[in-house]
Amino acid sequence: MFTKEKDKHPIFEPYLYLVPAGIILLLFTYWPFLRTIYRSFFITDNRGVEKVFYGLQNYKDLFTSASFQNSIWVTVQFVILVLIVGISIGFITALLCSVAFPGLKFFSTVYALPMAIASSGIAMVFKIMLNQQTGALNQLLNLNVNWLVDPKFALFSLAVITGWLNSGLNFLYFSAALANVDQSLYESASVDGANTWNKFLFVTLPSIRNISFYVFVINIIGAFQSFAQIRILTAGGPGESTNVIVHDIYRNAFQNFRYGLASAESIILFVIIAVLTAIMFAVQNKGAKS
Amino acid sequence: MTQELPFELEKVPILDELLEEQERLFKQAQLRKRIMKIGLLVVNSILAVVTLFPLIYAITMSLKTPGEIYTTDFQLLPAVPQFSNYVNAFQTAPLGRFILNSFIVAIAITIGQLLSGALAAFSFEFLNSRFKEVIFALVLATMMVPGEATIVSNYLQVAGWGWLDSYHVLIIPYLTSASTIFLLRQFYKSFPFTLYEAARIDGCSNIRFVLTILLPLSKPALGATAVNAFINAWNMYMWPLMVSGSDNYRTVQIGVSMMQSVDSQSIVLMFAGVVFCLLPSLIIFLVGQKALVKGLFSGSVKG
Repeated sequence: MFTKEKDKHPIFEPYLYLVPAGIILLLFTYWPFLRTIYRSFFITDNRGVEKVFYGLQNYKDLFTSASFQNSIWVTVQFVILVLIVGISIGFITALLCSVAFPGLKFFSTVYALPMAIASSGIAMVFKIMLNQQTGALNQLLNLNVNWLVDPKFALFSLAVITGWLNSGLNFLYFSAALANVDQSLYESASVDGANTWNKFLFVTLPSIRNISFYVFVINIIGAFQSFAQIRILTAGGPGESTNVIVHDIYRNAFQNFRYGLASAESIILFVIIAVLTAIMFAVQNKGAKS
Repeated sequence: MTQELPFELEKVPILDELLEEQERLFKQAQLRKRIMKIGLLVVNSILAVVTLFPLIYAITMSLKTPGEIYTTDFQLLPAVPQFSNYVNAFQTAPLGRFILNSFIVAIAITIGQLLSGALAAFSFEFLNSRFKEVIFALVLATMMVPGEATIVSNYLQVAGWGWLDSYHVLIIPYLTSASTIFLLRQFYKSFPFTLYEAARIDGCSNIRFVLTILLPLSKPALGATAVNAFINAWNMYMWPLMVSGSDNYRTVQIGVSMMQSVDSQSIVLMFAGVVFCLLPSLIIFLVGQKALVKGLFSGSVKG
């Protein structure tokens, strides 16, 4: 077999290696995406077959419906809260683990651990833990808050749980970034008489800029896609106070069987994420040039 | 100026004082360092307990009697650990089947992502083709499309094919991932290209090179992507929720979330189930953490 020389690169050979991945992506990402766009212009029957061409009416219906406006607003609040919680936990824990001290390895493992936690499994733990009377949280803090049923707290609770789940990966990224900061910069800053705070402000933060940007992008995209914990803990309620866009897509498609409408929502979700990411990259590039 | 001598004699005690002062300052600095270390230890311990609390809580709850669940005072530990809850959980729900399903799905997805990813990354990095960068960009673009944006179409598509409620509907859509392809290509960039050329000159075919040289030498990267892929596959929720209709194909995530009920008898059993749905991905993480961190950040992260 191997005595046969095959010096000629057949022109199609490079593509051959792309076939397995390509087929899966074509069948389960590209094509469904195009189908989603197409379906979003139709009214469908309850098996998802396009029945009536509806033009942009699905989109118009969505943007004029109070329920969807609420979903957008809820999603915005949710994403911002998740970002704040997830990134601060990840960053603070990474800072705490950036200096050598006994037990560093153990604590690093603990802080990274949430990235491996199943959101559906842990959601059920929180369901009991956040119970008003019998849950551990109120008992420990001596509070009487109905974390998941009170509309004032439900979204907040979900965001904190989601942020905590995301904090593990953030910890890993921030730790790697902090370990990569050029140590000689700290030394020259010390020579110039900089105190710890100034070093943090003028050496650490600028040095981890790029990775922080990346962490922001993946956290935003991830936060928009949170589903399991919301489905299990509140199912969009109380009222519609935690009915984020992804949950509304699920509701419209698989409970109300309005596939056309759900498809339009999916496209809106995609556009929001794409525009946000594009803006972030533009800001990042502009900052890098100046 | 020959009066130096008496002055120097006078200076000696001052020198001693200076030395003492220096030693004092040194000790002070050491003390400060020690205090900082202890402070770090205390702060970290508190944070670690808070972080681990939900997991500890799940385990202790799974060992309580139904009567101990609904108390108005906080009690972390059960009076007597009820290991029988685990036995009962396996009897009330097909928990064993759920766990088996999850393992089948997660392992198949992991192997598939590694294989399809390794082949694609090889083509992108080692072979020349006209459209490869365009195709690579298209692959990366799929990372931007949230799974939720295509899930309705995917569901209708597999339903139309009669795929619902089967292993392949859980596995096949996830057999490749853009991030795996990206990570592996990133790793191949640091692979000595001369090795590839030498192999080619010796008459080694591309596929032989991949299977006998490239894959064995990219174990670190494969390990990292495998850990990542397994954890993600194990923790899937939305897709299995929609496409698995019977207990035969339910993954543990879906099966256990269906155990949630209001009466305390089933809550302890549910917690036993939750522990089983959380543990495997946590164990894989603990085992593969080093590989994961190394692989995720090998040369790809710059401040």
